Amino acid sequence: MTMYPSQSAKKNNCCESAFTLGPLHTGPACCDPQPVVQVESLSLQYGHKMALENVTLDIYRGYITALIGPSGCGKTSFLSALNRLVDLIPACRVTGRIRVDGRDIYESACDVQALRRQIGMIFQKPVPFPLSIRRNIALPLHEHGIRQRSEVDAIVEQVIVEQVLRDVGLWDEVCDRLDAAALSLSGGQQQRLCIARALALSPKILLMDEPCSALDPIASGVVEDLISRLSGHYTIVLVTHNLAQAKRIANYAAFFWVKERAGQLIEFGRCRNIFETPTHELTAAYVNGTRG
Amino acid sequence: MNKRLLYRDHLAQWLIYLAVLTVSAVFIWILSDLTRGGITHLSWDFLTESPHDAGRSGGIGPILISTFWILLVALTAALPLAWTAAILLAEFVSSSSRFGIIVRFSLQVLAGVPSIVFGLFGNAFFSIYLGMGFSILSGGLTLACMLLPILVSTAKAGLCAVPQSYRLSAAALGMSKTASLIHLLLPAAAPALAAGLLLGIGRAIAETAALIFTSGYVDRVPGSLLDSGRALALHIFDLSMNVPGGDQPAYASALVLVALLLCINILVIKFAYGLQRKRIMPV
Amino acid sequence: MIWSKRNILFFSVTDKLVLIVLRLGAVIAALVMLLILIFLLTESWPALIQITPTRFLTDASWHPLESTYNLTPMFSGTLLASVGALVLAIPLGLASALFIVFYASARLATSYRRLIELLAGIPSVVFGFWGLTTLVPLITQLHPPGASLLAAILVLTLMILPTITLTAFSAPQAVPDEFLRGATALGLSRWGMISGVALPAARIGIVAGIILAAGRAIGETMAVLMVAGNVVQHPAGLFDPIRTLAANIALEMAYAMGDHRAVLFVTGFLLMLLIIILAVAADWLKKNSQDWSASS
Repeated sequence: MTMYPSQSAKKNNCCESAFTLGPLHTGPACCDPQPVVQVESLSLQYGHKMALENVTLDIYRGYITALIGPSGCGKTSFLSALNRLVDLIPACRVTGRIRVDGRDIYESACDVQALRRQIGMIFQKPVPFPLSIRRNIALPLHEHGIRQRSEVDAIVEQVIVEQVLRDVGLWDEVCDRLDAAALSLSGGQQQRLCIARALALSPKILLMDEPCSALDPIASGVVEDLISRLSGHYTIVLVTHNLAQAKRIANYAAFFWVKERAGQLIEFGRCRNIFETPTHELTAAYVNGTRG
Repeated sequence: MNKRLLYRDHLAQWLIYLAVLTVSAVFIWILSDLTRGGITHLSWDFLTESPHDAGRSGGIGPILISTFWILLVALTAALPLAWTAAILLAEFVSSSSRFGIIVRFSLQVLAGVPSIVFGLFGNAFFSIYLGMGFSILSGGLTLACMLLPILVSTAKAGLCAVPQSYRLSAAALGMSKTASLIHLLLPAAAPALAAGLLLGIGRAIAETAALIFTSGYVDRVPGSLLDSGRALALHIFDLSMNVPGGDQPAYASALVLVALLLCINILVIKFAYGLQRKRIMPV
Repeated sequence: MIWSKRNILFFSVTDKLVLIVLRLGAVIAALVMLLILIFLLTESWPALIQITPTRFLTDASWHPLESTYNLTPMFSGTLLASVGALVLAIPLGLASALFIVFYASARLATSYRRLIELLAGIPSVVFGFWGLTTLVPLITQLHPPGASLLAAILVLTLMILPTITLTAFSAPQAVPDEFLRGATALGLSRWGMISGVALPAARIGIVAGIILAAGRAIGETMAVLMVAGNVVQHPAGLFDPIRTLAANIALEMAYAMGDHRAVLFVTGFLLMLLIIILAVAADWLKKNSQDWSASS
């Protein structure tokens, strides 16, 4: 098996490093799915209640991974564990390992604030801050170092704000009222603003907890289109109850179910395989609608 | 059988209406008495001149100034302590930790202490032990102790009313707790904080018993914080109890005091609109 | 970038500094209570060692200049004034609360509620002043002298009425709608529903409000001082002047010295303890009532 010269040096940097020109060989696709997040034997406990038990899976770079399953089987807890939001819950205990880019994020040396800059999160109910649209995006930017002290920084901020609003398709709708209150936007616009806010920090991974379930069907469609456009550039982990949505946009699917009073991962694989040729009978029952 | 129940229902209804009418009537009676007695005495001169003849003539100018200074001292001392304690209790300390329990218990105890006991404490500690004598400083600091519980509880209620989703979103964006506090939570809780501040001000200017033995009776314009000064509520007390023939200026002063409190009450309602008012209104 | 050892857990350096400052502020606020207790005890100490507690009950009379410190007339004055005020304020306060929640239209309810809140905001000095200039002459016409237990009771009623109304108001309002709908569906009349369902369900909140009001009545100084006559005696009837403990402190503090001053501090300390016990009891009741409604 021939490896391209640049690939022999760093196997993990498939889409990032420059390729040197050399003789063309046929070889494996340059974009073999590479895992960016590796979860090993993750268990989550709230007090005495076991929310997740022994979950092992990989999240692949650049793809959309859908977490499906009925309510209460730990999908949101799994998501919160990935960006260490579970730290905010005092009674929560995490065992097992989560590796992002090869390093364990539950080590004491891990800078959680920087971690959360790299991993953005979108919640089910849109949560724009009670500030202006511009300030919603600028506030996290300021937090992470881009201040308005110099003219250069002010320009950088303006550029980033416009860029992310264009990325989510909001720029045409709000370019003339950037200083209006963010709460005056419609539900779909608010959710897209939240996505823009997360994108402003240039994350590598986006975690989305049922981003469309609180929206009306039209807004839901717009957000869904946005999510599929974002894949490739960003790695997306999506919790959804909407099986049709998962079938439409996801590349990988992980099916969770409650067994013995704890959430467990039943099956994980390419989305097409999960829906058309599931190996586990529970998965088959769920995706066909006979259970859950 | 049914008729008896019907009579009982009607009786209860009319008794309740009677009670409500009585209370409303007394309230209107008090307000009209105050207005009738004091409105003629009220004038711009009254508000700015010094009292003459033990207060029977002249105005309440220096008294308003003293009241203002006492209030300023009290708020300057109480606000930083109260708001830091409230932020700590609302954001950083869980309600079951030992520290949180101790702080909350102390504030609960403070809230129950009657004002005359605060007067005793202020006299013993500020006036005598710390040697401030009868002064605005002593009165203001005593009032500060009285205001702590109400300022803390209103600020804490305001912060707790900010939805948890803001905190989670800010954390998910990698913002530090300090940043989310300064840029997000405190601005969102600002109306409640303002309402609490106004309630504290209202409580402070109505206070008499705590000031009798700490800030004194002198009705001249105070020269410094260590001078004695007479608060408005004290002036009303003095005029009505110790000065025969002082009723007219007392009515006028009472009218001024009630009018001030009315304005504060209206502002509080404006600020507390939309929040759960029963959590903020003092009982 | 993620792997620098700069930060520990999820607190940045600024967070830690801010936490220290906040802790300091809260500790100072808590220390104030300790300070008050310490100073009250220090000032009462001379009285506590030299005068045995039974003397407060058995001395001949209250004549500090002759070293007799019988507190019982003032105890009874305080007790009678507070109980009398509660007897009047509880029905009036409850009726007002029921009116706001069950009987009034929305606009009338808000207006009346504002009225009660304004009543709550009137300073005690103004109540005392009004009592002195209006109530006392009225009572004098009935039965001289006017400054009496009755005047004190009436003024105290007006002052604690809003407390009872505002606490009692939140309790019936919190009764779940299902209870009330269930009662109406059973054909109960309005009063039947109130007395049978709403009041019992809300009784813990109402009792807590009454306890708080009692605490306020006991601690009230200025208004009572101005209308009660201030004679140290056991009142034989409603029209006798009385002196309460709180008023006594205010009256005599100006010229009290030595043992006399210490005894005044003792009475202040006792007042404080009593009211704190009442406040803690009310709070404990409120917490328990929340548990009750949560478990139901």
